[in-house]
Amino acid sequence: MTFKHYKQEVLALTMRWVRRLSREKFSMLFTLVQPMLFWLIFFGSLFQHAANIQILQAPNYMSFLAGGVVVMTVLNNGLAGGVDLLFDKENGFLERMMSTPIHRSSVILSRYLFVMAITGMQILVILSIAFVFGVRLETGLPGIAVILAIGMLFGVGLTAISMALAFSVKSHGDFFSMLGFLSLPMIFLSSALVPLSAMPGWMQVVAMVNPMTWVIDAVRPLIITGWNAAIPQVAMAFVILAVFDAVCLYGGAKAFRRAIG
Amino acid sequence: MDPAVVIDVARLGKTFGPVTAVEDLSFTIHAGEIFGLLGPNGAGKSTTLRMLITVLPPSTGTATVLGHDIVTEADAVRSLIGYVPQERAVDRFLTGREHLELLAGLYHLSRVETNERIDELLKLVNLEEHADRVAKTYSGGMKRKLDIACGLLPNPKIVFLDEPTLGLDVQSRLKIWDYIRQLRENGITIVLTTNYLEEADQLCDRLAIIDGGTIRVIGSPLELKTGLGGDSLSVAIKPHEADKLPRLREGVMGLPLVRDVRLKPTGLDILVESPEKCLPAVIEVAQRLDCSLDGIEYHRPRLDDVFVAHTGHGLRGGTPEMVEEE
Repeated sequence: MTFKHYKQEVLALTMRWVRRLSREKFSMLFTLVQPMLFWLIFFGSLFQHAANIQILQAPNYMSFLAGGVVVMTVLNNGLAGGVDLLFDKENGFLERMMSTPIHRSSVILSRYLFVMAITGMQILVILSIAFVFGVRLETGLPGIAVILAIGMLFGVGLTAISMALAFSVKSHGDFFSMLGFLSLPMIFLSSALVPLSAMPGWMQVVAMVNPMTWVIDAVRPLIITGWNAAIPQVAMAFVILAVFDAVCLYGGAKAFRRAIG
Repeated sequence: MDPAVVIDVARLGKTFGPVTAVEDLSFTIHAGEIFGLLGPNGAGKSTTLRMLITVLPPSTGTATVLGHDIVTEADAVRSLIGYVPQERAVDRFLTGREHLELLAGLYHLSRVETNERIDELLKLVNLEEHADRVAKTYSGGMKRKLDIACGLLPNPKIVFLDEPTLGLDVQSRLKIWDYIRQLRENGITIVLTTNYLEEADQLCDRLAIIDGGTIRVIGSPLELKTGLGGDSLSVAIKPHEADKLPRLREGVMGLPLVRDVRLKPTGLDILVESPEKCLPAVIEVAQRLDCSLDGIEYHRPRLDDVFVAHTGHGLRGGTPEMVEEE
């Protein structure tokens, strides 16, 4: 196995994901537009007046929500990242690929490259839409780079969870019900929509052990407060994500090995 | 190792948790033959095939493909074989050409090789005109052709096909058989699974009947059929003369070249060595005993008979389900 071969495999596999996406134009549009339309614009407008600016500590609800929507997008993309491999497993395409002399990890890596690229683009789109609605990033362009980095790091662990599920479940029915079971509580039991200080006590406790909260609390100040408030939060998020990713990747690798042999 | 042996399987077995899918399989496959694994669903055919193509590690035993161990030298095996999975394993959103391009990347072909090979294969399976349409617009037969092209892309020495004609119409099936025979002409060894007796009979040079996770018998279709004891005559007499059957049976038993006679409610099944010689003799005995014949039929043993003889049940009938091959 040479590096040249590895690169060729990963490129060929990644091209497949890109081609598939380009064939599903409607689905692509929906994937890109859904988070900002539904969460940012609808939710943002809906709670514009109901939300208490004092509690939010943000100029308005939309700017408070922007960070949450960015991280929610990472969450949804990451958790859905294994779906295509699940279908490949079910219809035998995975076996077809596994019967070729490829390094087993290239399938995984190609999926990562694709999911990360899509997620990165979505983050940029969300921040641009937010900009149109008057949300100005306090930390400017470097802030965007940091937001992307945090998003990618979080996405690595989430995609690993998704792939581990995809390789372990018996049917795709199981997969989607577990996904639903995971994703909604992770959103509502985090600081995505409401700051921790506005939650009932027990909910705060749960939200504190949810990695989502830590990630959002690092992204949000980058948008609404500025570097001074952001840096300690960002540092904290990096530490937590390093642990989170390590655990998820370990579990994912185990599930993959069990499924592929 | 015998140079003609390309696959050597020794006491191979696979268990999924408490369930034994296959056990103690031993057989060899020779260069240039079409070898079939015949059995009902759940018999362990696919499990066996998947172990040989290195996507499923065996629980016990070993096997070598072209001299390479399927576990310790899996990569060497993978680069020498082609695999044609069941028809549903196509990506509906990719065109035929893109399927081949993807696989060319996975087999590490150069750009020049890729283009040459793809053109060649599209021509071979007559998919040139449809190469740039997405696979969801393909018919079952076209998907199968694409699958075969994919399996041939690495220019393999051995091609494995999983249920190559499952669910295809008669014409497509004959076409696929033609391709498979053509491959054999080109010196490629073919290993396939099937639960169609007809396919096993007409296409395979040798086959292993596999049922309940074990191999029941191995041989060429002809050997297996001959092994059952030759051809048979079925004689039916008018129902109201059924009482004459025992005497008729005795009379027929006395004839030369008759090996066995089985009594049925309104007739006899006669196992014979040479139907041409026995047929007139049987008719003569019937006339002598004043039996009015209702009909007389001659058939060579069919593979169905072989299957029933070795497994105790028909291929389509209720088989004690072993494991779901998943």
